[in-house]
Amino acid sequence: MTHIKTLQDLFKRYRRPGDLVFAVLFLLFALFLLINLDGQTTWVNRTKLAAQPAFWPTVSVWLMTIFAALHLFGSVVSPRIEGRWTEVIFWLRSLEYVGWFLIYVLLAPIGGYLLSTVAFATLLAFRLGYRTPKTLAAAAASGFVIVLVFKTFLQVKVPGGQIYESLPDGLRAFMLTYF
Amino acid sequence: MEALLSGIELLARWDVVAALLVGSIGGVMIGSIPGVGPAVAIAILLPATFSMEPIVGLTMLLGIYGSSMYGGALPAILINTPGTATNALTTYDGYPMTKAGQARRALALAYSASFFGGVFAIICLIFLSPLLALVAPHFGSREIFLAALLGLILVILAHRGQIFAAGMLAAFGMFLNSVGMEPVKYTRRFTFDQNWLVGGVDLIVVVLGLFALSQAFLLLADKDSAPEAQPISGSMWGGMKEIFGLKRVATAASGFGVVMGMIPGVGEFTAQFMSYTYAQKTSKKPELFGKGSPEGLVASEAANNAVPGAAMIPLLALGIPGEALTAMMLSVFYVHNVVPGPQLFQNNLDFVYALYIAMILLNVIVLIFLISSTNALVKVITIPTRFLGVIILTLSFIGVYSLRNSVTDCAVAAGFGVLGLVLKRLNLPIVPIILGMVLGGIMEVKLRSAMARVKSPLDFIDRPIAAILAALLVLIILMHLRTLIREYRTGLGEAEQDHDLHDTQMR
Repeated sequence: MTHIKTLQDLFKRYRRPGDLVFAVLFLLFALFLLINLDGQTTWVNRTKLAAQPAFWPTVSVWLMTIFAALHLFGSVVSPRIEGRWTEVIFWLRSLEYVGWFLIYVLLAPIGGYLLSTVAFATLLAFRLGYRTPKTLAAAAASGFVIVLVFKTFLQVKVPGGQIYESLPDGLRAFMLTYF
Repeated sequence: MEALLSGIELLARWDVVAALLVGSIGGVMIGSIPGVGPAVAIAILLPATFSMEPIVGLTMLLGIYGSSMYGGALPAILINTPGTATNALTTYDGYPMTKAGQARRALALAYSASFFGGVFAIICLIFLSPLLALVAPHFGSREIFLAALLGLILVILAHRGQIFAAGMLAAFGMFLNSVGMEPVKYTRRFTFDQNWLVGGVDLIVVVLGLFALSQAFLLLADKDSAPEAQPISGSMWGGMKEIFGLKRVATAASGFGVVMGMIPGVGEFTAQFMSYTYAQKTSKKPELFGKGSPEGLVASEAANNAVPGAAMIPLLALGIPGEALTAMMLSVFYVHNVVPGPQLFQNNLDFVYALYIAMILLNVIVLIFLISSTNALVKVITIPTRFLGVIILTLSFIGVYSLRNSVTDCAVAAGFGVLGLVLKRLNLPIVPIILGMVLGGIMEVKLRSAMARVKSPLDFIDRPIAAILAALLVLIILMHLRTLIREYRTGLGEAEQDHDLHDTQMR
């Protein structure tokens, strides 16, 4: 780590591989919003400019587009940094975990918060290469503790799982309240 | 005095004490893990605090905010990796001290300097509060609009070298805030005939995606690593007395922290840098800085710990958050219909004092905890990063899902999680999006009500505070242009810069 020399350095950031790809994508998104600006906002009669519902979307979308264009220009004129597509592949690799997360989201109302969380933490730990009984038990225990803290003690709103319906009456009420 | 006593009374409840303990001890632990910062923890806990009373929820979040930097010093000193982004400068002198066999001394100094900074800031605030109560009522709609605009511009300008990116992300935040059914004329904005967009984009969902889920995805998709740290032997108490010999540096650093903390968008980095430079310039041994100088360590730690207290000023007095963590806390106020702003100081001064006293207490709790449990925390540092990813992802679910039990919210948060991951990988800032959303909302409401009474553009700045704020806006932009020109003329070579300094920002 080379030490900073001036106050300006402290706030500087430097480009990384993949900057150009993000700059292009962001500008395209801003342009998409700009094209839809008229269709997706309304200018109302007999209303001052600052009170117009379309005023702030217009300001923000135009600012997005201008800044995104300038950012892209900065990326284009800067020297190319190697590793652009390796970086993009890294971004795409993260989508696997988005999938894991969404499956967990869909399973929780069916299998119940406790069971889904313990299963999710253990299976994901296994997928990541933590395969010793000790680490898998640690993952399962982490899941259990999270449920205990949030659902049992803090009583946050998570609906009971559909499988709880098949439990005997006393146990069902207990599971619905605490897990 | 009456308000102070009433504030103490507000805190004298078992649930507030429990929240304070959980927040401050939890904050130290979270801060000490490289890979998780206070932003992740506060984002996850936000929905859980909505069901608590404002004082309980806020005490817990304040506990995390105020204590995470204490914990962050631990890996900064022991393994040269800052636990939170704001401990980056601590590595400069802390780690060389560890290499020289002075780890215990460095930790004792960091803890005592942090305590000094934290308590100094709160004492300043307690004395400043009556003054704030006098000034705050003079802030009408136009002044608050200008202050929010000033905050937004400062946040963009603070990201030097990435100003265009910060600008487009702040504008993106403003855009996100405007999506959905607009509440005055009841027209739809950018809803694309989708029902799930009519209610708008929820700030908490965005915050959880950008901070918590993105960090989980980042840790999961990256290579595994488990840092190693050696346990510390001996007592901390002895080393802590050393701070009394460095009173001057600690006081000046805390002063910088207080002043910089009050200015939106500036915060810990500038405070640390200014106090570090001051300490080096006035030191009898400036050559030791960066090689294990106790003064450098104290300057860095006292300054960053003075900021959280001061950052509460614009939040409480004007309802304007200066950075992401206070922006998240603002949502706790909103949920409970407690609107921070001038009225809070006039009508609920006891509530404000209660928050300040809670902050003093959290500093005491953290110090005692750290002195007795440093070696237990050393074990926490060594949790493998991908395992940490599993835990953050599991926690993020409860954060998003408990909000409205909505699968759509989870999917939107996951989308923002991927955006956050890309931004973190590119070293682009996330904070402008959050501040764009929050300040954009404030600006929309305040400009609408301010313009109702304004006939010509000059009327907008015909009150003293409005005029000062407008002048400041112009001055800041001019000064920025001036520094750009000067920097261009006397630029340093690329190789001389610290390219990784911002690497860990806002976990």
